[in-house]
Amino acid sequence: MSEASHHHVPAVHDDHHHGPASGLTRWLFTTNHKDIGTLYLWFSFAMLLIGGTLALIIRAELFQPGLQFIEPEFFNQMTTNHGLIMVFGAIMPAFVGLANWLLPMMLGAPDMALPRMNNLSFWILPFAFSMMISTLFMEGGGPNFGWTFYAPLSTTYAPPSVTFFIFAVHMMGASSIMGSINIIATILNMRAPGMTLMRMPLFVWTWLITAYLLLAVMPVLAGVVTMMLFDIHFGTSFFNAAGGGDPVMFQHIFWFFGHPEVYIMILPAFGVVSQIIPTFSRKPLFGYDSMVYATSSIAFLSFIVWAHHMFTVGMPLAGQLFFMYATMLIAVPTGVKVFNWISTMWRGSMTFETPMLFSIAFVVLFTIGGFSGLMLAIAPADYQYHDTYFVVAHFHYVLVPGALFSIIAAVYYWLPKWCGRMYDERLGKIHFWLSFIGVNITFFPQHFSGLAGMPRRIPDYALQFADFNMISSIGAFVFGFSQLLFGYVLIKAIVSGRKATSRVWEGAHGLEWTLPSPAPYHSFTHPPKVVEAEAHS
Amino acid sequence: MNKNCLQRLAVGSIALVSGSAWADELNMPVGVTEISRKIYGLHMDIFMVCVVVGCIVFGAMAISIFLHRKSRGAVPATFHESTTLEIVWTLLPAIILVVMAVPATGVLVDIYDAGGEDMVVEIRGYQWKWQYKYLDDDYNRNFDFFSNMSTTQDEIHNVSVKDQNYLLDVDKPLVIPVNRKVRFLLTSEDVIHAWWVPDFGIKRDAVPGMVNELWTIVDQSGTYRGQCTELCGKDHGFMPVVVKVLPQDGYDAWYAAQVKTERARREALSKTFTADELMAEGQRVYDTFCVACHQANGKGLPPAFPGLAGSQVALGPVDAHIRMVYEGVPGTSMQAFGKQLDAAELAAVVHFERHSWGNNTDDVTQPKDVIALMEGQ
Repeated sequence: MSEASHHHVPAVHDDHHHGPASGLTRWLFTTNHKDIGTLYLWFSFAMLLIGGTLALIIRAELFQPGLQFIEPEFFNQMTTNHGLIMVFGAIMPAFVGLANWLLPMMLGAPDMALPRMNNLSFWILPFAFSMMISTLFMEGGGPNFGWTFYAPLSTTYAPPSVTFFIFAVHMMGASSIMGSINIIATILNMRAPGMTLMRMPLFVWTWLITAYLLLAVMPVLAGVVTMMLFDIHFGTSFFNAAGGGDPVMFQHIFWFFGHPEVYIMILPAFGVVSQIIPTFSRKPLFGYDSMVYATSSIAFLSFIVWAHHMFTVGMPLAGQLFFMYATMLIAVPTGVKVFNWISTMWRGSMTFETPMLFSIAFVVLFTIGGFSGLMLAIAPADYQYHDTYFVVAHFHYVLVPGALFSIIAAVYYWLPKWCGRMYDERLGKIHFWLSFIGVNITFFPQHFSGLAGMPRRIPDYALQFADFNMISSIGAFVFGFSQLLFGYVLIKAIVSGRKATSRVWEGAHGLEWTLPSPAPYHSFTHPPKVVEAEAHS
Repeated sequence: MNKNCLQRLAVGSIALVSGSAWADELNMPVGVTEISRKIYGLHMDIFMVCVVVGCIVFGAMAISIFLHRKSRGAVPATFHESTTLEIVWTLLPAIILVVMAVPATGVLVDIYDAGGEDMVVEIRGYQWKWQYKYLDDDYNRNFDFFSNMSTTQDEIHNVSVKDQNYLLDVDKPLVIPVNRKVRFLLTSEDVIHAWWVPDFGIKRDAVPGMVNELWTIVDQSGTYRGQCTELCGKDHGFMPVVVKVLPQDGYDAWYAAQVKTERARREALSKTFTADELMAEGQRVYDTFCVACHQANGKGLPPAFPGLAGSQVALGPVDAHIRMVYEGVPGTSMQAFGKQLDAAELAAVVHFERHSWGNNTDDVTQPKDVIALMEGQ
């Protein structure tokens, strides 16, 4: 930063000397936050399509009762890999990609704080996922024990390929830890003068908190898979009751990672819609301070609610009560966020471009997922909901029209800034409506199948669940294929979209909109002056 | 397939009109126990709270989307914070939550009141079946049996018409008396399973090495169905729970018959059977306990589930064969069937495996061989 303040050259001029390398090496050896952001985003789009294909195989098999296309053993591999690929391959890397692209531009920095580590943290991922997906073609098949891989199904009773799965999870964890260290270092050290913490855009705030969550729980995940590795290969009995271990301990450790993980996938989404809704409401975000406090409270609570995933495992009454109360408490800060978004829209001057449509759908459908979450928190009622399709409906509502919609909204919103070209608004809206209708047809009926008693993770079901499964499968295919349209809209914009202005959106505020479109290769080569008008939108 | 679709559509629309059958597909069952009714009440209460809050929140949003749009010439206001509002919408939900937590706590305390039972049944989960053990104070009146799904592979593979209780029927259901407090002790022999009867409002994991307890008092006789609800491997979707609730006198008669069957079973252990009898009994045991992994054609699903046709074990020394079935293979899915089958059943199934799918050893395995081998060590 001190270097930049010495020569006062315009950013555009600087760009001349430090453009990207050409060819494949640009992507292999890049240390540029934008290139790495692009790699992350295309990688997660590829994973979305692969994970989505597995989902469609599942929905095709569940279209009718009876076994039609695949055998139960393969079905279990599909559910397991669908979950793992979507969580670790699609949602998480997409948010890291957004962070890479946006944090330096939002904070007034030239790049991320640790660019070489940034390169490493991305390039681990393709290897990790190649290894994990390759297990599907190994003798004995791939992981078939659910994405939560409960012992002893994932240890004593696992296929031989489980060792590759463990190593892949270690690599994903290493990548996430490096990514989060980089994000923390960037946010705490690279802010332009005048960009105080309480002036940061909310996307930056939510990512700062998310990065700390990642740093806290990814080592726990690494620990639990290492204990599995030892149980499988080195004769320990961490999770084997016959050797003095405890299978339930696995679940405690897993969910101590797993519940914060849920918020890792939704907090940056909160950040994204908190940027988009003010822009298209042409009105500042309502209750900025309370949004920051609410995000922090959710992050704190996420560490003390893990056993609500285990209400049926057999806990003492006091334990059940504690985890029930703590879980219900999460509704309070989450509610505050929803109320603030609506107050932001209230008496604004709204327009409904594609990013806004996805953001509004996010608020509505995420709230529905929140409602079913509140129902699940009631421990006695959870005895009926637990491990049924009601749970499947719940977490898909917060992850698909929740996390995924926010990512899609973010891509539409910032794409003109990234590539300097607009997307086709008409096609964007068609993509939105197909996705919105598809996602609801897919997941809303699953509430009913769950309440009526359909367990999750079954390849075949009793006849009374037939109608809703058929509807759900139709919705899944509509939703799945409309994401191909998303890919087309993106490529069309990048190749032949009309030129974007630097502000792009009438109501946009924030440092990234002061840069030209497309943004220069090194965002801010000397720090901008942060004025109140461009502080948090 | 097409005909099936049409049929279901027709059934669906009839149900819509009549209302009752459709309701089963839409909501949680009210159930037949005090606990299940309380849970249903909690479920509907919290659901209604969500509906009301949802109407307010989405209503405000809809009004805003309609009125405050640029195309209607809306001019943006500039307000962006209100401490009063933030406090209100923090405290109000908190109060609603407390109001909901109180009855939920009450029901949970009731559920945990497991004492004062009239009888005890031990439930063991196995891949992929349930074992029910009736524990009586008098040892001679104890017995146990396995409960396997009775839906056929033909129904599953769409070869024959599906029964109305498709996937939800078993060969021997759990039988309990009406209006008595039954306490269940729940554990597992392999991976984690979960035992669930929606109509009773009870679900609990069966964890290997741990004993969980559950209880119920059912106030209407009838047959109630549920399923395993914890992913437990390949046939997780095929291990239903069926409970038959009988009036006291019917239950007593059933119990007496079970005790008698148990006595006959113990007597069979000292009998000598003909080869035909062994093959018939062996086929029955194989179809119940072995077919899921080793398959009807004896070819298995290698490498996880090896074939038996032409295998070294099935053609080798009979003692090693018996021992493998009895003790299982630790660290694999091959269970120790000595815990599940008695000597007569073990002898029959070993004999069957040695004389099927082209296997043909010229020996005959009798219950006394199994007993001798196992006592000899």
